[in-house]
Amino acid sequence: MADAGYERTAGQRRWSPAAWTVVAWLVAIAFFLPVAWMVITAFKREPAAYTYPPTLDFTPTLDEFRQALARGVGPYLENSAMATGFSTILVLVLALPAAYALAIRPVRKWRDSLFFFISTKMLPVVAAIVPLYIVARDVHMLDNIWTLVVLYAAMNLPIAVWMLRSFFLEVPREVLEAARVDGAGLRQEMTAVLGPLIRPGLAATALICVIFAWNEFFYAVNLTSTRAATMPVYLVGFITSEGLFWARLSAAATLASAPVIIVGWIAQKQLVRGLSMGAIK
Amino acid sequence: MSSLTIRKQLPPRARPAARPAAVTRREAWIRRLPLLPALIYVIVVTQIPFLVTLYYSFQSWNLLQPGSRHFAGVANYATVFTDPTFRTAIVNTVELTGVSVVISMVLGVALAMLLDRKFFGRGVVRTLLITPFLVMPVATALLWKTTMLDPIYGLVNFILSPFGVHHVAWVSQFPMGSIIAVLVWEWTPFMMLIELSGLQSQPRDLIEAARVDGAGAWAIFRKLTFPHLRPYIELGILLGSIYVVNTFGEIYMITQGGPGTATTNLPYYLYEKAFQAYDIGTAAADGVVTVAGTLIVAMVALRLISTVFRLEGGRA
Repeated sequence: MADAGYERTAGQRRWSPAAWTVVAWLVAIAFFLPVAWMVITAFKREPAAYTYPPTLDFTPTLDEFRQALARGVGPYLENSAMATGFSTILVLVLALPAAYALAIRPVRKWRDSLFFFISTKMLPVVAAIVPLYIVARDVHMLDNIWTLVVLYAAMNLPIAVWMLRSFFLEVPREVLEAARVDGAGLRQEMTAVLGPLIRPGLAATALICVIFAWNEFFYAVNLTSTRAATMPVYLVGFITSEGLFWARLSAAATLASAPVIIVGWIAQKQLVRGLSMGAIK
Repeated sequence: MSSLTIRKQLPPRARPAARPAAVTRREAWIRRLPLLPALIYVIVVTQIPFLVTLYYSFQSWNLLQPGSRHFAGVANYATVFTDPTFRTAIVNTVELTGVSVVISMVLGVALAMLLDRKFFGRGVVRTLLITPFLVMPVATALLWKTTMLDPIYGLVNFILSPFGVHHVAWVSQFPMGSIIAVLVWEWTPFMMLIELSGLQSQPRDLIEAARVDGAGAWAIFRKLTFPHLRPYIELGILLGSIYVVNTFGEIYMITQGGPGTATTNLPYYLYEKAFQAYDIGTAAADGVVTVAGTLIVAMVALRLISTVFRLEGGRA
């Protein structure tokens, strides 16, 4: 990349910048290796996936992707997309006003409210799964994608409120005051002043919600079976055949992970901002 | 982020907080209004089910035996506490969470410091390093179980073979270690991202000044970088623990809680009780005990992260 200029930062006396570059690359490759191996194996034929020593000498093929697709990945992808998309929208609709109330015109005891949101994350999901299962069964909402939408929204809401609040706090107070002095109403304050300023934060928050919803497994495996099953549940189907079909399994895992990996790569600046800022301020 | 450092220098109470006295009742409700939908939603979807769990925990109720449901007093709790598997599950949960979170954090800080320097290809290195956090955990579990840790064809054994490691059956010989390794791989990038933004908000001139004054790298880390990072570290530990305590997919896919009960943690134990034995009463009692335990841990953790909340800025 373009960061070729070597600038001296903390404690660089003994090691040259070149040495640090090598170390950084080695560590990065080590961490990335399992992912790379997943993608490589996905392009192999089954016999090539079982060799010792593991080999890179093979003819790439799309066969296993075709096989994985033939096992009917479509509905699972669709369910995952729906559960992730709708739950993220619901989260943002609920979290935006809440974050506003906690940051811009704070309610009394905003600290307690914020704390309450976070504390709900400390309630383990296992504590609620039994009644959720019974209730969903009684109202015939088991194996229903909207059940997942509702639960994923609740799962991500506390983090979203926390993050969005921090982005609202970033809005310079003078800007808001100037707008109010100029006679901007609440509506204008929202659309013309806050809207544009908060947009990157909104994207970062949505990204985090998408990652957690897309990858969620516990609710999905316990509350869905055939109609509403999501991508993680689709992957469970490969457990039975794991001893024999590594290439196909890798192809399926690649398909399941690719959307979030690609979105995460594209939006990694937001990811860095989102996780940390949302957290500290 | 520079406002963070400025805030830090102020005593906590000196900042302008909301002025409750100046706000009328009506105004207070108008201000509260936007908060209510989210608050009610969270209460209905997360808190009420827990109360129902509490209610179920006093019932004897097996879904496989229709009509079996009746009030059982504390019998379920007696069952839970006399069950050695449950005690194992508690110990396993603590071990799994504690070890994974601490190792991920140490690695996360180290990697963040590595990424905080400028070097060739920093963007690519960062991209590679965050990827494990983005991979679907169930996919991660499947891959590690097969292509990485397999005793015969696994990549890990191949890479370690120059060091005299041959065909080790990682998952069956070191089940807990294998699960922890996978969790560390998944969560290190998360910790790294949090610490990275902590480092980026660190005032450079201060470090520069310290270096000019002849401070060594370790002294700079201990006296300047670490205190600055502390709230970020606490935050990472808190968020990481919240997620890692609930680890389920990795165990479900890699070990099914075994061999025996070697890797059965509380979520997996409850899953077995509720969805394999359909014993609702006992499962609910497990849930309640889990929550009680988590609350104790959370209290301690919250003491810990008090700095995070002290840094909270208010706005009138």
